[in-house]
Amino acid sequence: MSFLTVASATLKKDVRLEWRSKDAINAMLFFSLLVVVIFSFAFDPTAEESRRIAGGLVWVAFLFAAVVALNQTWARELRNQVLDAYRVSPAPANPLFLAKAVGNFIFVVVLEALMTPLFIMFYKLRALGPGWELVPIALLGTWALVVNGTFFAAISIRTRAREIMLPLLLFPLSIPALLAMVNATTSILTGEESARFWIALLVAYDVVFTTACLLLFETVLEAE
Amino acid sequence: MASSLTTVVVTEGLIKQFGRFAALRAISETFGGGKLYVIVGDNGAGKTTLLRTIAGLASPTRGTVSVLGATEVRQVRAQIGYMAHPSLLYDEMTGLENLRYFAGLYGVSGEDRCRNAIKTVKLDPDLDRPVGQYSQGMRQRMSLARALLNDPSLLLLDEPFSNVDARSAKEMAALLAQLRDQSKTIFVVTHQPALLEGAADEFVAMEMGKVVSRTSILQAAQ
Repeated sequence: MSFLTVASATLKKDVRLEWRSKDAINAMLFFSLLVVVIFSFAFDPTAEESRRIAGGLVWVAFLFAAVVALNQTWARELRNQVLDAYRVSPAPANPLFLAKAVGNFIFVVVLEALMTPLFIMFYKLRALGPGWELVPIALLGTWALVVNGTFFAAISIRTRAREIMLPLLLFPLSIPALLAMVNATTSILTGEESARFWIALLVAYDVVFTTACLLLFETVLEAE
Repeated sequence: MASSLTTVVVTEGLIKQFGRFAALRAISETFGGGKLYVIVGDNGAGKTTLLRTIAGLASPTRGTVSVLGATEVRQVRAQIGYMAHPSLLYDEMTGLENLRYFAGLYGVSGEDRCRNAIKTVKLDPDLDRPVGQYSQGMRQRMSLARALLNDPSLLLLDEPFSNVDARSAKEMAALLAQLRDQSKTIFVVTHQPALLEGAADEFVAMEMGKVVSRTSILQAAQ
């Protein structure tokens, strides 16, 4: 069996399971919606203020929401100990990791696509810089969150307080990526400076952490 | 063919510890091919741990396990079928969807293989119901179908008859005897060894992490 065959079969399976249960997407949507509404009532910012705070607000909301999906991703494999069925099969470890990461990426991107219009509406947002650059920032930033999140969620599934453990492991390591995402988004919204440096930082972050996760995942999967 | 090997599983000084608790205590045993072994013993005797170690799901703390001639179990995973006490199936998918996915992990192609595995355990491959809505007995049988999917030469079954009605359990026992006759090596951990009395080649009794007897007569093992 090839790497891609196993990865695509696992991805299809995960998408099918999520489509049927909607566990992750519903929880993420509900959480993000709460953040949008509560913060808009709490601050009631002007358009100028919105442009300055929206980058931080949006990405922190997506980061917290993503944790919900990340916890779900492996919880599913623990029910009925299905992960053992993968471990006794001859399939290599990395296609499983990659499929899980891509699956989470799809779920979070869907969430972002649904929530972005609401953020724009509630915070009266309009980009003064090159708006199209928000697309690579969103894609690179989301990958940065889910690749590490998928990896650390796999580590934390065997711990007793896994819902707490995941943010504890993930958030500190995500600070450079989060910083790049927030600064890049703010730069584009305010139009004050170029976001190129932050985008380059996100590319480097993604390459380094994707490689590290792929190299280490087999050890995590085989751990008892 | 791996099952034609004279020895299929060899353990030498096998110790498995969980913290300070020793689940397996220096087990040195040799198991030949093409036989049906029934592992019996009280709860906590180490039966499941022994099975998981042979399957490669638990690594020995000390000692070695050789499976189908390989000391690294991962090299022979394609030839092993494993059924655990939980179903190892996704509740939200149908039996056929589950088997299609697992077939992909073994590089087994063809819808027919999945359908035949389901028919072998006397279930309907076209049953359009998620596994989560199956009865416990049906789930156990589907779990056995999953373990048989890759046509393994070594089959490791942990409590295959638990919560299965008497008739289905007898059918499963007959199927295991049939598989053994096809020169597959089968290890069954069970609290209902009487079901396999006519079919088993050996009853392996375990106590406190050790193999205390191996006999072809059930009463002697108990």
